[in-house]
Order: sequence, then structure tokens, then C-alpha cells
Amino acid sequence: MSDIAERTRKIVVEHLGVEEDKVAENASFIDDLGADSLDTVELVMAFEEEFGIEIPDDAAETIQTFGDAVKFIKDAA
Amino acid sequence: MAAGLMAGKRGLIMGLANDKSIAWGIAKAVADQGAELCFSYQGEALKKRVDPLAQQLGSDFVLPCDVADMDSVDALFAEIEKRWGKMDFLVHAIGFSDKNELRGRYLETSRDNFLMSMDISVYSFTAVAKRATAIMPDGGSLLTLTYYGSERVMPHYNVMGVCKAALEASVRYIAEDVGRDGIRCNAISAGTIKTLAASGIGDFRYILKWNELNSPLRRNVTIDDVGGSALYLLSDLGAGVTGETHHVDAGYHIVGMKNPDAPDMTRG
Repeated sequence: MSDIAERTRKIVVEHLGVEEDKVAENASFIDDLGADSLDTVELVMAFEEEFGIEIPDDAAETIQTFGDAVKFIKDAA
Repeated sequence: MAAGLMAGKRGLIMGLANDKSIAWGIAKAVADQGAELCFSYQGEALKKRVDPLAQQLGSDFVLPCDVADMDSVDALFAEIEKRWGKMDFLVHAIGFSDKNELRGRYLETSRDNFLMSMDISVYSFTAVAKRATAIMPDGGSLLTLTYYGSERVMPHYNVMGVCKAALEASVRYIAEDVGRDGIRCNAISAGTIKTLAASGIGDFRYILKWNELNSPLRRNVTIDDVGGSALYLLSDLGAGVTGETHHVDAGYHIVGMKNPDAPDMTRG
């Protein structure tokens, strides 16, 4: 497990208040982790802050799962 | 707490979303000086965010309010009057536009979104000011939040710039209406801050960086900076100030052109 994935998972766990083992590669933020639409915006903001990257709106819309987020951040960081 | 600049004062904070909100910076600053707070939220998604923040400041007084619905606004102030009898201050940190119209050309603004943005971002302040001042028998202070995009063209701000200009004008008219009752009405024009609301504005990171490099203080402002200035306007320190749009923007509004020492920037 890469450092980026671990840091990303930590943000998701803290923000959504879910168990760490629930945050699987294919876990959907909304369908599996109980996020609402504001959570998804807040998560994107938290990822931007943690990794010093910019996630544009159109990219943010494609980030549905934990795996999507890690992949985007790896490519951008 | 005992003595403080806001000791014995009770007020309503509207528009808190999370701990990045400008409303949070203001709420913390006035609570720290002894203010007793009520919070309003719109919808369950925001309630679950506002409840724990209110608790942090010792408040269990959290009420729903949809500012587009006058029955809901009436109900909010009826509840406040029932519990407190009267109030001393109001913070309005509410604005809304379809984010698809916060990019591209202002000319493309639709009539529907224009009217909705003006309703939520401008009329709502007048509506709540009317009801709040009706229960301020001992005088009080009203505060709303605006942005420099009202005075100068800022990229992507579009219809919100037009709304904020109208909001600032309404601050002046309200100040005249309520001044004789010892009630003051002001706006803080906050610099760029990365909030939930700002996440809807195009190229926001670029705009933040530009402000940091070109404002006289060479930094962006924080929600605590805004909180400090709000404390002045909401407390008796600001007793002689009304109708004002006060810039809390690291001085950006006085700047005429790019700082020559600032590096050239590309859109990241």
C-alpha cells in the first residue's frame, strides 16, 4: 500500500467517520461510505489541501470511489 | 465566560457550513468574547455539520431556515423571540448561484439564475434584517458578507458580483432605516478564502495565489481575520460605524496592478 493511498484513506476515515477496512479500492463514497454531496466536495477540498494539488470540477465528478481518488492524486501529485 | 466584549449579547449566525466557513471564524470570535449564539441551517446535510460546531461553542440553539421561503424565515425569528425574547446581533453569511454560471461570460447568465441568485444572496438579507431588527429593542448590529467582485470585475464571479453590489447597496439603505433605533448595519468584504462556497468558483486556486502575491500584506486572509473584524463591528467597539463595507482582504482592494516582484503565473 503506497503512502499516497494511506494518506488518502486517513482523510476519508476521519472525514466520513467510517472504519478503515471499509475504505476498499472499489468503495463508492456515496453508495458504500455514506457520503452526501457536500461530503464529496469537502473530501476533494481535503485532498487538494493534503497533497497541494488542484482537482478541477470535471475531474472531481469522475472521482466516485476511493480507488478513483488515489489514482487521480497519484497522477497529479 | 465572564466579562468579554460580547458578554450579555445574543445573536444569530446564518450560513455556517463547516469549519472552513467564514461564519465559523465569526462565531468563534464572538463566542470567545462571551456571546450567546443561535445557528440556522438549510437542510439535513447542513444540520449534521452545524450541530457539532454549535456544541463546540456551547450552543444547543440550532434551527432550520430556508431563506427562499418567507414562512420559514418567519418561523425562525418566532422561535428566537420565544426563547430569547430579543436579540442583539445577526450575521448573514449566505449566497448562492448555479455554479455553472460562475464561469464563462456574465452575459450568459440566465434569467432564472439571475433571479434566484438575487433572491438568495441579496433579498434574504433584507428579509432577515427586517425580522431581526423587530426584536432588537436595545439596539443591535447586523452584518453580512460581500466580496470585491462587486466593485471590480473579477474572473468568473459574474452574477455574484452583481448580487454583491446590490447587497452592499442594501446595507446602506438598511443602515438608514434602522439607525434611529440604535441598530447598525455593515458588510465585511472578505478577501479570497477557500470555503465550501468558493469551491464553486472557476480557477479559484489561481485567484487565491494571485491575491497572495499581489495584496499589500502578501498573504491571503483567514476566517479568523474576518472573525476579528466582525467582532469589532458586532460589539460596542464599532458603536459609531454603520452603512460601511469594510474590506478584510489583506489590502487587495487598494492595488492598481500586479506587483512587479510577483512571479508570472500560469493557470495550474
